[in-house]
Amino acid sequence: MKRWIMVVPLAVFLLVAVFLYKGLFLKPDELPSAMIGKPFPAFALASVQGDRNLTQADLLGRPALVNVWGTWCPSCKVEHPYLNQLAERGVVIHGVNYKDDNGAALKWLAEYHNPYQLDIRDEQGTLGLDLGVYGAPETFLIDAKGIIRYKHVGIVDASVWREQLAPLYQGLVDEAKP
Amino acid sequence: MRRGLAAVVLGLALGLGLAGVARAAIDTYQFRDDAERERYQQLTKELRCPKCQNQDIADSNAPIAADLRREIFRMLGEGKNNAQIVDFMVDRYGDFVRYKPALSARTWLLWFGPGVLLAGGFVVLAVIVRRRRATVAHGANELSVEERERLAKLLEKEQTHD
Repeated sequence: MKRWIMVVPLAVFLLVAVFLYKGLFLKPDELPSAMIGKPFPAFALASVQGDRNLTQADLLGRPALVNVWGTWCPSCKVEHPYLNQLAERGVVIHGVNYKDDNGAALKWLAEYHNPYQLDIRDEQGTLGLDLGVYGAPETFLIDAKGIIRYKHVGIVDASVWREQLAPLYQGLVDEAKP
Repeated sequence: MRRGLAAVVLGLALGLGLAGVARAAIDTYQFRDDAERERYQQLTKELRCPKCQNQDIADSNAPIAADLRREIFRMLGEGKNNAQIVDFMVDRYGDFVRYKPALSARTWLLWFGPGVLLAGGFVVLAVIVRRRRATVAHGANELSVEERERLAKLLEKEQTHD
């Protein structure tokens, strides 16, 4: 009589166990970006070098990584050599120097090499705000039409590139070819 | 004299300590009126800091929270309404930044889940109570003829054992 009731605690336990197990692999500090699928926000900012004015139109034409960085950010220093490597391999990377002292940024780029095709100078953090940036480093992947396709929060290293960014980037490069 | 000085120093130290606890982030913004100040306070409490995720942006010392407070102040100055300001944040940081999530297909369970669970509990409770009542009404506390015979047999067995 009412044997099934004895299964209830086991069922509840299994249900809770499934949720807790899933919880082990969640990364609550990595927010899903609200910007995926939206065009790169409009901006009009100087370059870090101060020699030109940049707008969102300058990002069009080919898929690229847009790396948000600052000299105040220790993780940016960690990923910088890998960005240099990627740039050498022909990956298009643009930099957004986010809420930084421009002098320090210039010094950094001179010292550690500059992997960026465009150096956007976002001293006030306005572009960062429009991008939904909440820290650094963050790396966006945009397609040739300037649509944001992916965002990676944290350091880009060999495994992040291999497993997450490279397949998407390659896909966008292929897509851009007629 | 010495004691008095010590008491003053101690009092000051305590006071300073408490002052630090009271509110983490203090900005100096000039509002047009009290209504605007209130809206600012309400909005900064309703929005969550993307960096330090268990704080609202009113409470957080993170630079991003300060930026967002500044943006809110700016938008209030531009005469935007609360919905516009919240939408501005959600457009950039996602639904995550709302402590009070919008009602949608995705958040339906979040909003009504507790109510559904509570209702379920009441249903179970009602079923149990009704069954109890039914059994009491049928005089289930009394033994049937069959049961009485079985009881008598068992008792007999017991006695023979003695």
